[in-house]
Amino acid sequence: MNKDIIEGLKGGAIVALSAAPFAVLFGAVAVDNGLSVLDAALMSALIYAGASQLVGIELFGQQVAPWLIVLSIFAVNFRHILYSAAIARHIRGFSPAQKAIAFFFLIDPQFAEAARRTEQGKRLTMSWYMAFALVIYFPWLLFSVLGAWFGSMLGDPRVWAIDVLLPIYFMGLVLGFRRKPGFYPTVAASMVGSVVGYYFVGSPWHVSIGAICGVLVAALLPLPAQPASTEPVEEPAS
Amino acid sequence: MDDLAIFWIILAAALATYATRVGGYVLITRMRTLPPRLEQALNAVPAAVLTTLWAPSFFTGGWDIRLALLAAALVSLRYPPLVMLAAGWAAALAARHVLGL
Repeated sequence: MNKDIIEGLKGGAIVALSAAPFAVLFGAVAVDNGLSVLDAALMSALIYAGASQLVGIELFGQQVAPWLIVLSIFAVNFRHILYSAAIARHIRGFSPAQKAIAFFFLIDPQFAEAARRTEQGKRLTMSWYMAFALVIYFPWLLFSVLGAWFGSMLGDPRVWAIDVLLPIYFMGLVLGFRRKPGFYPTVAASMVGSVVGYYFVGSPWHVSIGAICGVLVAALLPLPAQPASTEPVEEPAS
Repeated sequence: MDDLAIFWIILAAALATYATRVGGYVLITRMRTLPPRLEQALNAVPAAVLTTLWAPSFFTGGWDIRLALLAAALVSLRYPPLVMLAAGWAAALAARHVLGL
């Protein structure tokens, strides 16, 4: 095996290990919200974006209109647009088919590691990229299925407090952004918007209302002296 | 929701997610750079969406979930996400089975 593949496998294995508990969590919560083990596996195989998969699960459990589920997943994954924009100039050597495949696997840690490699002056090769991607992808799928299978045997989620895991997980993701510019006004606006929306309009509209409030406030904040960076967000499981 | 509907939603969500992973490449090869205010708004999307998924349960839920979130938030200031999740989960279990909330 060449050096790129070995480096890719090593780096990816670390990510795969740290993402495994979140894959198990996803599977267990998916079943808790009425999805089958096969649905959970399909989500991990086709969407392959941890946080947004959990967003989907949360909304599946609430009888939300289908288009709103898709839109919410799209919104949470919107950051990937920044990644593929930032990575564009480093993958000129890829063929169009290779690019099309590579973009499917462009999750947060994939982008973070790819960006780090190019900053170290290394060339981004398809063999490194795919080794890193696949050694994360297959365990993610496997652990999702194991979690779903395990979750289907647990019984009442309230007794085991499975139902509190999602809010805690989402709050943890949000707290992980706290050093980004504009964090506090954005989150405060989104918090007020979602709670007010929840009271006066009802679920699931509080999601869109809160998100729009947060994004509007962020757009209106003064621009930083330097252009905003496209640093990857710190997110363990996505 | 029936199984077929769930399948189509998953498929649509997968296509939407793929679109976000190709989208930036397509945009940048046409526009060169994104307008700074648009980029700032895009950067805020994850935090803005994710906040709406826990804030209502904190403000309108019971004390069991409130204690769990508070414990998790405190722990997250110093420890990695997995420890935070475990702490919040333990707090919820304690609130329900020990305090009877």
